[in-house]
Formats: sequence, structure tokens, C-alpha cells
Amino acid sequence: MSILVYIENVEGALKKSAFESLSYGKAVGDLTGEKVTALSIGNVSQEELNKVGQYGVEKVIEVNSSDLGQFVNQAYASVIAEVAKSIDAQTVILSNSFSGKGLAPRIAAKLGAALADGAISLPTISGSIWQIQKSVFSNKAIATEELQEQKKVIALTPNSLEATESAVPVAIEKYEPQVAAADLSTVIKDIVRATDKVSLPEADIVVSAGRGLKGPENWAMVEELADVLGAATACSKPVSDAGWRPHAEHVGQTGLAVTPNLYIAIGISGAIQHLAGVSASKTIVVINKDPEAPFFKVADYGIVGDAFEVVPQLIEALKAYKNN
Amino acid sequence: MKILVCLSNVPDTTSKITFTDNNTAFNSNGVQYIINPYDEIALSKAVELAEGEKGTVTVIHVGEAAADATIRKALAVGADDAVRVNATARDAWFVANQIANYAKSNAFDLILTGRESIDYNGAQVQGFLGELLNIPSISIAKKLEINGTEASVEREIEGGKEVLSVTLPIVVGTAEGVAEPKIPNMRGIMTARTKPLQVVDAIDVPVLSKISHYDTRAPRGQVKLIDKADIAQLVQLLHSEAKVI
Repeated sequence: MSILVYIENVEGALKKSAFESLSYGKAVGDLTGEKVTALSIGNVSQEELNKVGQYGVEKVIEVNSSDLGQFVNQAYASVIAEVAKSIDAQTVILSNSFSGKGLAPRIAAKLGAALADGAISLPTISGSIWQIQKSVFSNKAIATEELQEQKKVIALTPNSLEATESAVPVAIEKYEPQVAAADLSTVIKDIVRATDKVSLPEADIVVSAGRGLKGPENWAMVEELADVLGAATACSKPVSDAGWRPHAEHVGQTGLAVTPNLYIAIGISGAIQHLAGVSASKTIVVINKDPEAPFFKVADYGIVGDAFEVVPQLIEALKAYKNN
Repeated sequence: MKILVCLSNVPDTTSKITFTDNNTAFNSNGVQYIINPYDEIALSKAVELAEGEKGTVTVIHVGEAAADATIRKALAVGADDAVRVNATARDAWFVANQIANYAKSNAFDLILTGRESIDYNGAQVQGFLGELLNIPSISIAKKLEINGTEASVEREIEGGKEVLSVTLPIVVGTAEGVAEPKIPNMRGIMTARTKPLQVVDAIDVPVLSKISHYDTRAPRGQVKLIDKADIAQLVQLLHSEAKVI
């Protein structure tokens, strides 16, 4: 028996969430005494695959066929399930990323496994029953899911556990899967990637703004603040509804739920639906000119002031801090 | 084109979330239920695609009779008929099996779900359905166009988007951008009362997992207010106290 960790890449580079999944897999392996194997699909360099060893995992199975150069949900799920069976993996671990959310249920159904998606904790193990925590009701509560099947699929929420290093040498083994033509019926026509931007679901720091910014023309200072911090940008629902920012940036109950180390909210009053999606952030900074804004009740640090005065000063203060 | 829309019945977004029975069950007392906002987008898109007799829209919900008001709202928005699988929706695996069981005998071209539900925040039903029906499943869809038997789907990826082309039948998990939620008009509300709502029995599905208990998040400490004249202090605190920069 063993544990399989599927590691995602973006254009050949392993994602930050892949290292989190590897660390998680290693920690689960330490709990169960099972060996951990990583699985990479796509064209990833040996140098990049060697990084798997930094997280304590000694073996990587590399699938690099021309059919699988781009992510096709159905085909990737088939390959991951096939590899899991070939190494007798009882547990499959992957990231609860946008791709992972599509993959996890398909893999679980193929393996007849119990699925814990959105996992935010290591399992508490009692025989074959594992208990794993996940955020529910858009971060308003935490549920403990009890996996009762021998086989398990766990999709780990990005940013919920830090990647920990424990370097070991890595063996890379190539694998040729049997990919059925039917699994490849989805054709990718185009991929548009904003390479200069920090990915919001994986970001350590998120700078978010709301209607207090008055209009899309005022977002330059939000982007500059994000640049200085190496942060992703986000927005509240009214802002994306108004078309000031793309829907992909909307965080909150009906948008993306985020868990960065630092969430900076500018000109967002803090409606219950917004707080639901961001309140699991480790540190929250709120900048708002209304001292009664509900957001101050959940913030760690607050500045009562006009965003147009405060944000440029904050940018300068951060630049001065970075230069020292 | 036959379209099936899967509806989840969820607490209103303003609901205070509490639990009963020693934190083992959700407390639905006094909670207003709504169509899951992402499913509402799926429903609106389905109605749009079927307009002008181009197709039919069936909505399906797995749940108890209390959800009939939510189902009627979907009919008022423009679905043609509805099915309720009469059972407690135990989890996504159970729900997906019920829907797949119904879909198998009804040959739908397009099955739409929301990208996730806002209660248990699972995004599982679309993937389970794809696997159980052995057809492609695509999520998180930001745009969806159908041309004959081909679908063009714009899918969100971290930091960008992908445009996919795929032959029907498919399952798509929809998100904002696919359609604007429709508000039922008076005629829709009146006709919804007479549209068919079929109630069917559930099939047996093995239990693979269950939620054993809930915890509410610990309240955060009091906010530390920083004078806007001393912003350097905030930077210092983020570095030395919060250790996030």
C-alpha cells in the first residue's frame, strides 16, 4: 500500500500548491507508515521534478506523452487512477485547485474512494477511518469529514498548510499510460495566461478593493500596492458586478474563498457575504474612511481614513521598508 | 436539445450559521433557503439556450418536500418541468448518483450544475456526474456557447482562461459570466404552479463518508487601530508582530 500525490505544473514549472500537496503527502505517509510517490503529467524538466525530493518524497512517476501536454480533465483523471492502481495506492492526494476540483471527484468515482475535498488539516487516523477538517458555509464554519472507505482521495485547499522541506534524493520513473480516445474528446483551443500576475487562489498576500475606490480608473494604486507586496489583486462583488474588475477577482461567499497570510481590504465595508470568503485569512488589514464599517470587527489592523490618502502613503512606506 | 439543471437548495447568503445536537447537525431553524447562486446562473443559461423552442429545460433536485418552493422558483424562471428525488441529500456522492440514475434514462445533451454549492462548498457533483455517465465534465465555466452538437466553453484557470471545444453530451459547472441570473416575472410565477413537478424515489447508494461534527471559527481579537498619520507603524507591525511581510 502506498500514497500517490499528483503534482500540478504550469507550463512545465511545478506549482506552489504541488509542494504543499507533497508536504501533506509526506506527513500522511509518516502517520500511516506508507511510501509516498509523486505523479507528474505533462512536459516538466528533470530539474524541476528533482524538487520533489526537497519535500521528502523519493519517487516521481513521470507521464509525458504528447496527448497529455495540456490539462484534459477526463484523461488526467484516468491516468491518475490508473497509476494509483498500478502502485496499489489507497490514498490519492492532490490540490483543490481549479483543475483539482474537476479531477478529485472523477478519480474518487473511478477508485470507489471516499472524497475529502477542500481539506484544511492532516487526517486524524483511527484504523481505516480518517477524520479531516474542511471549511464549509464559505468559511463560516469547519466540518470534520469522516472518510469510511479504505480508499481515499484528498484535495488540499491551497495555502492551508505550509510546504515543509526535508531533502531526500529522488528517483524519476517514466510511465506510459493507456489513454482511451474517448478521454481526449475535449479539445483545448486556446489558453490565455496573465503571466505577470500573482495567481489569486495561491497568493500569500491579497490586496482587495471595493466600491470605496469610486471607479475602475482608480485601480492603478491598488495594483501598485499589490506589486510592491508581490500580492494578487481581488475585489468585492459589487465591483465585479459593475464590470470595474473581472469576475475572476471577486472574493467572497459567491466568489473565490481565499486564505492568504495577509488580506488588505481597501474601501470594502465588509458585508457578511464578503467576510465569509476572506475571514479565514491569517492577518486582515482594513482601510476604510467609515469607522463603523463592519470589516473593522474582524480585522487585525485598521486604518480609518480615505483610501486615496492612505494607500499612496502605504505604498511609500512599504517601498522604504523594502529598501532598508 | 434536452438540458438538465441540477439545483441545490442552500441557506440564504445572509444566514447566521449555527448547529444543533451537540454540533453534529446544521440548525435550519429560521433559515431562509434559496437556489444556490451558481445553480441560478446554470438555470438562467439553460433557459436562454432553450428559448425559441430550441430545447427543453428540466430541473432536478435531491431533497425533501421543503425544497418545493425553491423548485417552483426555478420553474417560474423558465424551466419546463422538474424532478425531485425524494430523499435527504446526504452528500455529493449520494446526490450525484441520484441525478445520474435519472439522467441515464432521459438522454440529456447538456447537464448544468453550479461550480460549487455555497453551503458545503463542494465542487463534486459535476465531476461525479461526468464519471458516472462517462461523459466530459468541465468546471469552472465562465462562458458557454452551443453550436449544434458542439460546445465552446471558456474555463477559468489560475491566472487566466482556457477555451475548450467539446462534443455533447457534457456536464458543465457554471460560474459568474455564463449568464445573468433571471428574475421570475408574474406570468412565470403563475405558470410555474401548473408545470409538472415529478417526485421520484431514491436509489440506494453506499455511504463512503459523513460529516461527524462542526466547529465554528474562533472570534478574532480586537482590531488594532493605527493612526493614518503613522502608516510606517502598520508596516512595522506587519513585519514584526504579524510576520506576514
